Amino acid sequence: MNLHSSFTYRKVVDRGMALVCALFFALAFIPLLSVLWLVISKGAAGLSWSFFTQLPKPVGEVGGGVGNALLGTLFMVGLACLIGLPLGVGAGVFLAEKGDGTVGRSVRFMAEVLSGVPSIVVGIVAYALVVIPMGHFSAIAGGVALAILMIPTLARATEELVRVVPASLREASLALGVANWRTSIRVVIRTAMSGIVTACLLAVARAAGETAPLLFTALNNQYWNTDPRQPTASLTVAIFNYAISPYDDWHAKAWTAALVLLIVVGLLNIASRVLTRSRLKGAR
Amino acid sequence: MSPAPAVQIMPPEKPVPMVSAPQQQPPLAPEPETPFKVEVQDLNVYFRANHAIRHVTLGVKPQTVLAVIGPSGCGKSTFIRALNRMHDLVPGARVEGRVFVDGEDLYARGIDPVLLRRRVGMVFQRPNPFPTMSIYENVAAGLTLNGIGGNHAEIVEHCLRQAALWDEVKDRLRHAGTSLSGGQQQRLCIARALAVEPEVLLMDEPASALDPIATAKIEELIHELKEKYTIVIVTHSMQQAARVSDNTAFFYLGELIEMGPTAQIFTNPRERRTEDYVTGKFG
Ligand SMILES: Nc1ncnc2c1ncn2[C@@H]1O[C@H](COP(=O)(O)OP(=O)(O)OP(=O)(O)O)[C@@H](O)[C@H]1O
Ligand SMILES: [Mg+2]
Repeated sequence: MNLHSSFTYRKVVDRGMALVCALFFALAFIPLLSVLWLVISKGAAGLSWSFFTQLPKPVGEVGGGVGNALLGTLFMVGLACLIGLPLGVGAGVFLAEKGDGTVGRSVRFMAEVLSGVPSIVVGIVAYALVVIPMGHFSAIAGGVALAILMIPTLARATEELVRVVPASLREASLALGVANWRTSIRVVIRTAMSGIVTACLLAVARAAGETAPLLFTALNNQYWNTDPRQPTASLTVAIFNYAISPYDDWHAKAWTAALVLLIVVGLLNIASRVLTRSRLKGAR
Repeated sequence: MSPAPAVQIMPPEKPVPMVSAPQQQPPLAPEPETPFKVEVQDLNVYFRANHAIRHVTLGVKPQTVLAVIGPSGCGKSTFIRALNRMHDLVPGARVEGRVFVDGEDLYARGIDPVLLRRRVGMVFQRPNPFPTMSIYENVAAGLTLNGIGGNHAEIVEHCLRQAALWDEVKDRLRHAGTSLSGGQQQRLCIARALAVEPEVLLMDEPASALDPIATAKIEELIHELKEKYTIVIVTHSMQQAARVSDNTAFFYLGELIEMGPTAQIFTNPRERRTEDYVTGKFG
């Protein structure tokens, strides 16, 4: 084969491969787009300011919203963050920095096992741990369930992010006479921080989308509630209740509530982009 | 609080023979009256089974420059990293022997490597600016991370000028340190090491990515720093070793083959291997 024909051949193969890649990309995109399209097309009609701010109305009455469920979701996700983020990130940092001993290995093993546990099982555990001793469903139980879901994945993600920080940066800091712990915090974890923030927001977004663990723990509430000891509504449980109802206008509400949930998760993702943007010019 | 070092400290293999000393006597304490700023006694470094530094013994007088030369992979970096306990962090690395700075054994039990490293600065073979920090913050890092006060702006400018980088970065001190070119990053790391004013400066090929003008500036800087500091510099350039150093140590396969005044090493080496290396017959 002479040089020229082999060059043409390579160009053809290159084009062909690029086409195949584009095709698979499109295929992977179809389900994603169709979910978005369905939720938006079915849910957008019911979207209004009052949908965000009002309490649900009984079946047959027009109007009403999921304000209490939105607040409940934010409230319980907030509780879950208070418990889950420090524990998850802390465990991850521990695993990365000191996780080579027996303790570290067993913690890592448990985190791996736990991150594979279905969320409904976590719901039952939170039911046994919090609901039964308290005697009733509560926001705190929901928050605990979501936190238990967050911790193992967050710990493993944080560990990986801290581990990929080049050893040369730690060396650079230590060579300046900076103490070990300070090097860990101010240089190593600082360098991994943007990744850790992203991991946290993904964990939060995932928690916001959980239904099963809330069914046994926070249950539901028809009214506004900010008392952590009381049952609390959430978007996902509201979607669930509306969707399994026999009424058409409730089905429409389920779609709109789903759209609200998508908007919340979307905003979290945008927040992660903004928060992790480097403040330095020319950063690579 | 520092974790247990990954490096095991062991006494030298053979105790120093003492005339008619009874066996049960405790080993002699290190002598504090050493005239050397940095003294290495029977240093061995292992990476697992790889015996990378073999029985190296040498001393560096205060306010002198020692050049470390030798073919790639002979252990130059491994040697100078042992002088500020950088191997503590490397899994599988083990250091034996003694290194004294001002008569104090770095590898003795109870020595805090953190305090030691404030006195022994290091410029690494590969530039490693902190990616989350600006150019300015990188130079000031040793001060801010250690909580050292003072006029940081002035120190940063002074160190950047010394490292021959000021003119290139003075208008973009707030840009990321990693936005600089490789050679600029190398000089940034030199400036960062200077800012904490170490007594001993270890430089691992500080000019390997620099053009001749920047190299000349760094060599000038080394001359300047010699007034105050003790410097150990690894270099692949014979000319550079000849220009900047008072003494030269030639390493080969982890062993110190020969050390002496630079002029003697280059013109009249005792060892055949040294002569072959400095005249370019191998390496
Ligand atoms: N972190 C490490 N882990 C395992 N082996 C290592 C490590 N660092 C160095 N070595 C080994 O130690 C020996 C000496 O390496 P060193 O980096 O000191 O060479 P050098 O003289 O600095 O070479 P160069 O001129 O290429 O920088 C080599 O055989 C290398 O494989
Ligand atoms: Mg080297």
